[in-house]
Amino acid sequence: MANAIQPSRKEEIKPPVVHVGVVGWIRKNLFNNWLNSLLTVVTVFLLLKTVPPFVRWAFIDSVWNTPAQACRHATGACWSIIPHNYRFIIFGFFPYNLQWRPLLAMIMLFVLLFFSQNRKHWKKSLAYSWIAGLFIMGLLLKGGLFGLKSVESTQWGGLVLTLLLSVFGLTAAYPLGVVLALGRQSKMPAVKTLCIVYIEMIRGVPLISLLFMASIIFPLFLPEGVTINKIIRAQAAIILFTAAYIAEVVRGGLQAMAKGQYEAAESMGLNYYQTMRLIILPQALKIVIPPTVSILISAFKDTSLVVIIALYDLLKTTQTVLSDPRWLGYSREAYIFVAIIYFLGCFSMSNYSRKLEKELSRGD
Amino acid sequence: MKSIKIGVAVILALLMVTAPMAVAGTLQDVQKAGVLKAGVNGGVFGFSMPDEKGVWKGLDVDTARAIAAAVFGDANKVKYVPLTAVQRLPALQSKEIDVLCRNTTQTLTREAANGLLFAHVNFYDGQGFLVPKKLGVKSAKELTGATVCVLPGTTTEMNAADFFRKNAMKWKPVVIESTTELSKAFFAGRCDVLTSDSSQLAAHRSVAPNPKDYVLLPEIISKEPLAPVVRQGDDQWFDVVNWTMMALIQAEEFGVTSKNVDEMLKSKDPEIQRFLGVSPGLGKDLGLDNKWVYNVIKQVGNYGEIYERNVGVNTPLGLERGLNALWTNGGLMYAAPFR
Repeated sequence: MANAIQPSRKEEIKPPVVHVGVVGWIRKNLFNNWLNSLLTVVTVFLLLKTVPPFVRWAFIDSVWNTPAQACRHATGACWSIIPHNYRFIIFGFFPYNLQWRPLLAMIMLFVLLFFSQNRKHWKKSLAYSWIAGLFIMGLLLKGGLFGLKSVESTQWGGLVLTLLLSVFGLTAAYPLGVVLALGRQSKMPAVKTLCIVYIEMIRGVPLISLLFMASIIFPLFLPEGVTINKIIRAQAAIILFTAAYIAEVVRGGLQAMAKGQYEAAESMGLNYYQTMRLIILPQALKIVIPPTVSILISAFKDTSLVVIIALYDLLKTTQTVLSDPRWLGYSREAYIFVAIIYFLGCFSMSNYSRKLEKELSRGD
Repeated sequence: MKSIKIGVAVILALLMVTAPMAVAGTLQDVQKAGVLKAGVNGGVFGFSMPDEKGVWKGLDVDTARAIAAAVFGDANKVKYVPLTAVQRLPALQSKEIDVLCRNTTQTLTREAANGLLFAHVNFYDGQGFLVPKKLGVKSAKELTGATVCVLPGTTTEMNAADFFRKNAMKWKPVVIESTTELSKAFFAGRCDVLTSDSSQLAAHRSVAPNPKDYVLLPEIISKEPLAPVVRQGDDQWFDVVNWTMMALIQAEEFGVTSKNVDEMLKSKDPEIQRFLGVSPGLGKDLGLDNKWVYNVIKQVGNYGEIYERNVGVNTPLGLERGLNALWTNGGLMYAAPFR
């Protein structure tokens, strides 16, 4: 019997289809008890009711690059409002044929931000390139040197202004907030009282009232003939406001430090500055990354409040476009466009903070 | 707290030092600065709004350009400062701007209590009603029981309430915060009537799915004379602004336009010669160049041209001249003589 019985292939008994694969997953995750089944049905129903009409409105029936009149006949979204007006939305009043300058400045900003993401690049050279970069960006916006035509800061607007207010607002508010937090912990009564009064006063009023004060009341106190740029006044209000909130978050981090850390630093003979810089702050600031980032994100979005003092930030330029009778009524399209820009900014901030947290906690 | 006080004192002292010592009149300040700072609205189509290239356009903007042309002989030397309704008066008082061209209604309180002066009106507006044609309403008196779309917290809302109470009619206000949402609600049929200043109603009507389906009712229930504003206490500057407005109107009356102004220089009419500065005298009294009217008309045009360009029948607003016609055509635009 050369031909022995071939080892019969073991007939694997497959589990019933309803337990594996897609169907199994659905049963296990979406219909595992009556409550979940009900929720699934309701959710699917709502999605069916909303998503196809939205897709139809936004993509199928929509028009993309037509004159305003053609939009009146379209049944879907009129995205034409964006290609027709994007330059005003993004650059505001910046002279039309000089708009390459703010564009270049924004690209430089993004490149620098992208480069600074990586902690390996955190060296002195990075600081120098930021200083040089900021100088060049300021030159590009302001002009007046090297044959660049001078552009008044009142003509800055749109996304450029939003980024300007946010980037300077956040970078200036952060160190100020840390100093305030340290001041509030200080043993010197004068410094401590001053910091507490400042923080509580600023936190006690809404940002809108600060902006109003900066733009309406403050100029009345200035002597004859002295006016301070509206953008700088708004910028100062945003910095002062954000700093107070950051101060409280950082204070939370400082209080979370065990007393032993301070004592250890003291026993090493470190003075106050060394203790803070080398021992306390690196740990405290790391703890408070998540709340700090959420403050920075909300400050980024809060810059849109400058609308009420008639600064033409991203939101205001969009609203201006919408009051043109030709484009009146396409607010949904325009606001979706602006929402996407804000989302990209906020999402990349929160994404980066998560990455940073992960990297910093690797040593733990 | 003492350190704060000292800090404030130091800052104030520094500012005092840097402030210009002698404060001359506004005209001299403007001439020295080389640019006219004009407060504008920034969001009203036809009056002051940037176009898609960010260039300012509108009736108020052209008023400011005319003033700049009168002062510098160059209509482009204007710095526009967009202001909200709350900001506009403090901005004028704190000298952040030299003149306010921001569709501001002339009222007693504003002149007497707020220390302002209104120059000649550049647009006569008034509150009206917009209704769908299919309602068959011919007069606002027939609007008993109507639902009325209106912006909250404006004089518009109060005017409408007064009107309905005066005529003993019931009404139901539908208050909507934003202008765009307001017109959407009206065209979607959420209310029978839309009320606002008639120039605004025209803008709303222009975006209707079919503008011909809507009519403006004849009743105008409020007076809204919109005029450029300056600070009190500087009569020379007030004269410059006021007479620039008058020059625009007078030019239309004389038939002087931006196109024919060069030919008009050769006119034999002594009035026109005086007006355009061919025979000298009028500019000097205002502290301006003798050719100031020529510069204004050449670069900006007369009032009729400005009107037709920004809000007239061939624009999306499509407004008839109405009250804004010359007095010779039954309107209110009347300039004092240039003598």
